[in-house]
Amino acid sequence: MISFVMNGRIRTLERVDPAQTVLEWLREEERLTGTKEGCAEGDCGACTVALGELAGDTVRYRAINACIFFLPMLHGCELVTVESIGTSKAMHPVQKTLADCNGSQCGFCTPGFVMSLFARYQETDPALPHSVNSVLAGNLCRCTGYGPIIEAAQALTPETETKSRFGNSETVALLKSIQDAPVGKISFPDPVHKTDRAGFVPTSETELEELLAKHPDAVMVGGATDVGLWVTKGMQNLPAMIFLGNIPSLRTIEQTEAGLCIGAGVKYSDALTHLTALHHDLGNLLTRLGSVQVRNSGTIGGNIANGSPIGDTPPFLIALDAQLTLASTHGERTIPIESFFIEYGQQDLHPGEYVKSVTIPPIRDDLVFRTYKISKRFDQDISAVCGAFAIGLDGGKVKTARIAFGGMAGTPKRATACEAALAGQAWTEETINAACLALTEDYSPLTDMRASADYRLKVAQNLLRKAFIETTASNRTRILEAQDTNA
Amino acid sequence: MPEDAGTGFETSRLKGGVRSALKHDSADLHVTGEARYVDDLPEPADCLHLYIATSEQAHAQIKDMDLSDVRHAPGVVAVLTAKDIPGTNDIGPVIPDDPLFVEDKVMYHGQSLFAVAAESRKAARYAAQKARINYEALSPLVTIEDARTAGSLIEAEQVMVLGDAEAAINQAPHSLSGRLTEGGQDHFYLEGQVAMAIPGENGEILVHSSTQNPTEAQHLIAKVLGVPDNLITVVVRRMGGGFGGKETQSTLLAAAAALCASKTGRAVKFRLDRDDDMIVTGKRHDFEVGWKAGFDDNGRLHGAQFDLASRCGFSTDLSLAINDRAMFHADNCYFLGAARIVSNRMRTNTVSNTAFRGFGGPQGMIAVEHMMDAIAFKVGRDPLDVRLDNLYAAPDRNLTPYHQTVEDFVARELMEDLASSSDYRMRRKQIEDANKDTGTIKRGIALTPVKFGISFTTTHLNQAGALIHIYTDGSIQLNHGGTEMGQGLMVKVAQVVAHEFQVDIDRVRIMATSTEKVPNTSATAASSGSDLNGMAAKDAAEKIKKRLVDFLSEREGVPADDIVFSNNRIIAGRHEFTFNEVIKQAYLARISLSATGYYRTPKIHYDRATHRGRPFYYFAYGAAVSEVEIDTLTGENRVVRTDILHEVGQSLNPAVDMGQIEGGFVQGMGWLTTEELVYDSNGRLRTHAPSTYKIPTASDRPASMNIKIWDKGRNQERTIHRSKAVGEPPFMLAISVFSALTHAVSGATGHRVFPQLDAPATPERILMAVDAARAEAEKLA
Repeated sequence: MISFVMNGRIRTLERVDPAQTVLEWLREEERLTGTKEGCAEGDCGACTVALGELAGDTVRYRAINACIFFLPMLHGCELVTVESIGTSKAMHPVQKTLADCNGSQCGFCTPGFVMSLFARYQETDPALPHSVNSVLAGNLCRCTGYGPIIEAAQALTPETETKSRFGNSETVALLKSIQDAPVGKISFPDPVHKTDRAGFVPTSETELEELLAKHPDAVMVGGATDVGLWVTKGMQNLPAMIFLGNIPSLRTIEQTEAGLCIGAGVKYSDALTHLTALHHDLGNLLTRLGSVQVRNSGTIGGNIANGSPIGDTPPFLIALDAQLTLASTHGERTIPIESFFIEYGQQDLHPGEYVKSVTIPPIRDDLVFRTYKISKRFDQDISAVCGAFAIGLDGGKVKTARIAFGGMAGTPKRATACEAALAGQAWTEETINAACLALTEDYSPLTDMRASADYRLKVAQNLLRKAFIETTASNRTRILEAQDTNA
Repeated sequence: MPEDAGTGFETSRLKGGVRSALKHDSADLHVTGEARYVDDLPEPADCLHLYIATSEQAHAQIKDMDLSDVRHAPGVVAVLTAKDIPGTNDIGPVIPDDPLFVEDKVMYHGQSLFAVAAESRKAARYAAQKARINYEALSPLVTIEDARTAGSLIEAEQVMVLGDAEAAINQAPHSLSGRLTEGGQDHFYLEGQVAMAIPGENGEILVHSSTQNPTEAQHLIAKVLGVPDNLITVVVRRMGGGFGGKETQSTLLAAAAALCASKTGRAVKFRLDRDDDMIVTGKRHDFEVGWKAGFDDNGRLHGAQFDLASRCGFSTDLSLAINDRAMFHADNCYFLGAARIVSNRMRTNTVSNTAFRGFGGPQGMIAVEHMMDAIAFKVGRDPLDVRLDNLYAAPDRNLTPYHQTVEDFVARELMEDLASSSDYRMRRKQIEDANKDTGTIKRGIALTPVKFGISFTTTHLNQAGALIHIYTDGSIQLNHGGTEMGQGLMVKVAQVVAHEFQVDIDRVRIMATSTEKVPNTSATAASSGSDLNGMAAKDAAEKIKKRLVDFLSEREGVPADDIVFSNNRIIAGRHEFTFNEVIKQAYLARISLSATGYYRTPKIHYDRATHRGRPFYYFAYGAAVSEVEIDTLTGENRVVRTDILHEVGQSLNPAVDMGQIEGGFVQGMGWLTTEELVYDSNGRLRTHAPSTYKIPTASDRPASMNIKIWDKGRNQERTIHRSKAVGEPPFMLAISVFSALTHAVSGATGHRVFPQLDAPATPERILMAVDAARAEAEKLA
């Protein structure tokens, strides 16, 4: 049984398919058809809804993709859809402004844009970036060319003084009343796969450990930005699903002696300010990881645990020698993150074990750190190549070098030959050329729909050159970045 | 008031006459989620869900199709194969070579094999995967080159000739040849293909389809079912985007759903998943172009040859007309001198490529723009000057390669206005100077024009109908054959009707497009929507208006000329009535308040055998300046500024037109930059979802964007209120981006080498072009 708030009241669902998406539930069961399916993989944003989460005595609203967000993940939250905020007879300011700016043509993507703008409109945390491009990157429009939508967004600055009915004390009270409501075991007879599906929403790590011991084959679901596609695209039958979102201890970020310790369940959005403070390149990288909707769902731990060779966080975590903590009923162990990735599809994760946290050591002053992401499209694309460089310099000489790439091998992988070619050498163009040559020993990348092997290798080499140039030359080395335009 | 009375309209008091910048008629419904698309309609209680199984091979003989597991899968109600088709197993729009379901031979990866109807969409999708199909693989022709080698064509080579191009090129002071590869493009309408069929009594079927061509859907459904057209009604309220992708490709869904409804007697909905939509349905044709030019010291052409080849896919679809249009636009704004344009239409084992905004025009046009850049580089002049020197000009430089005289040429004035307002010349100089420094970032800039021919080049399609009812309370219902896909057609036509009756637009109810209201319509395509349907609606309104005038004239004893419609009122001599009063009285006097309207475009004709005639009623013009920057280490790129000056004649609705201009430009920019279709050697599309196929996002829009409707525009032909079509022409303004990228890559060599950059200019292609150009520059040094 799950409980959430919707349209000012508590909705309790007794019968839940843990693998049903919020979008399917809205459209097929509630017949609320304002939220659209454009791609069913979290890339177009037509299904955007806002998720309200209790933050002290306020509600924090964030845009998410309903198409890959499973129903149990709503437990304890508020769900806001385009129908909730206004009607054509009584429009929300976001709706009215977008319509008046000619922000809709075919209109199919429009409810998604409305909800992304709604979440921004409700945002009261001044620390968060409000760049229009960043807010809109997860919503594709094929008609307008975006100008009128950007214009509407610029007219709708976040209203800290909004007398909005959203997030008021009544909603806070409702959310508080369901915070600790137990979900119990969800069991659903799947009519298509003809099997029962179990769903669990543990609220503590102890509970999680026990569940994993009992159901070692259960799929752990963080933000579902990957697992969602197993269901919507792969039509996979998942017999047991454990949802990690309601375990508070996995969602903490702490500054420890060893460095910045990020819980595996921390959403990218919540990690953003911390990582930006660590290094501006990390902020830039994170704002290009997925879209706002993806970053509001996806977790740091998920990006590591799924072992993808093209995840955006592993290269910099490896380059910075981050330490990964894994846990199970047998206790905790901590390993260097680079050793977690064994080969494609295989990680150093024992049965019953889960990723608990990752700790990033401080970036020393003598360390030249850079990370770059190369993709066909600037925003909301998957890397063709993602490189991270941590070069320790001492009087014009390379003291230490840790370099890692994504997209160059079956796992995120260190460039050990390249590092060796740099170590102890003078930080010069000559050394860089030798190190670039060494990269060909480190990697034999693949050709696929994102890039050719030749391009991947050439770009990997050129990124090292770029890191070098940025330490020596004064010319601008980066093209206009998304956050600089339409700010 | 005569229709061409300039801009002195009495619309100031009127809400929503022509020239008003009204927002989209459905805007308030869009933003609140109240606008209903086919998938949002309430499903009848017994509604089944249909899904298809598709081929896993690109070219194969089907030895055996074992569907027993499909039939026994949970929730399955019916399985339909080619054998279940009572009529003809074909949904080809022009040539019958497009089976609904494969009979024995698979022609592309993703071709529909059979359909499953089940109690839920999930059950149908799941069951469709359960087939055991035994293929005997044949070798597929995947690329244009494969087809060329095998001599595989969908029709014979087509040739368009003006004078003796070969001789002209040979005798010219200079000659140059070049080549260009142009990628295809997926439509990526946000609403995927969908249809719902509801059976009625006595064999009738009502089909809600997301289609640009309800009439064709109706006819092809009837053909598949083997029933008369009059049993089938196709209704389109709106599409969530079309762009040409729902001109013919929507029929697969409509026909399969109707077939299943007919077989089961139950309502049937069929909606494709995005990945399947992209795999199963056709796209913009990709092209390989070779060109040769002969010119003088200034780059002025004596003659030009184009060799166009496109990947049509496995069937004909609309490829004949699309490739014709590529030929029609290989001149763009330029008098080529003597011209020879050769077109080869390759049949391949890939999805059948189809209409897409511009309909082949962009592919022809970018070839000549590429040629202009190359010639300018060769003669050492600013490409803008070479372009200006080659423009069409009366009296002896205005004949197109298809022997139509260009009579309305405004591109020169428009380009000069734009060059000046955008500071093009100063910026180009600054960029070329700045590119000489040692930095890794280089910039480029280009100004390119657009001349786009307006009319269906298949002459008989240039007709339209409308049906207007006025009810006794004075409210008006407007029906016409055009479909709404977001382009704002409905509001424009409603403005025409409101203007005609001089009533507020609120009074005009815009109805869904239905084949039972207006029959035998053409697709809403070729930018023709408001030209054709606006005129047809005007004709219908004029008929009713004339009856009202005659009635009042007789009753009031005033000459017809003294009866004036103005601001929701009708003035008859010294008497003045409200519109509602007159309608009520006309009804009581037994005057018909309903009329059909009809329009066919005058002056046009075309002979495909000789490729000569006047295919176009008129041309629409525009020009754009784009400035880009590239990272020469990674190939990453951005458009930093674009200035557009576009001509729409006298706009029916400037707000809608601005939306078409900007939207078209950005879509064109996607085609030429980030949107890349990748097929593997087995003919499988590898980019079939937004995760791998990248259309522009908000941040790809140029950081600085200045769009203006050209205020000197006016259609010299008697089009609807002297407006011009605007759906497709702005798409090609994006060629300026590609041209600017070429310039920036050349900047990586200090402008010493003209690079070979192909489209789409992805970071990878740009980096490779930079490296190749630098290697060439080193050889020069």
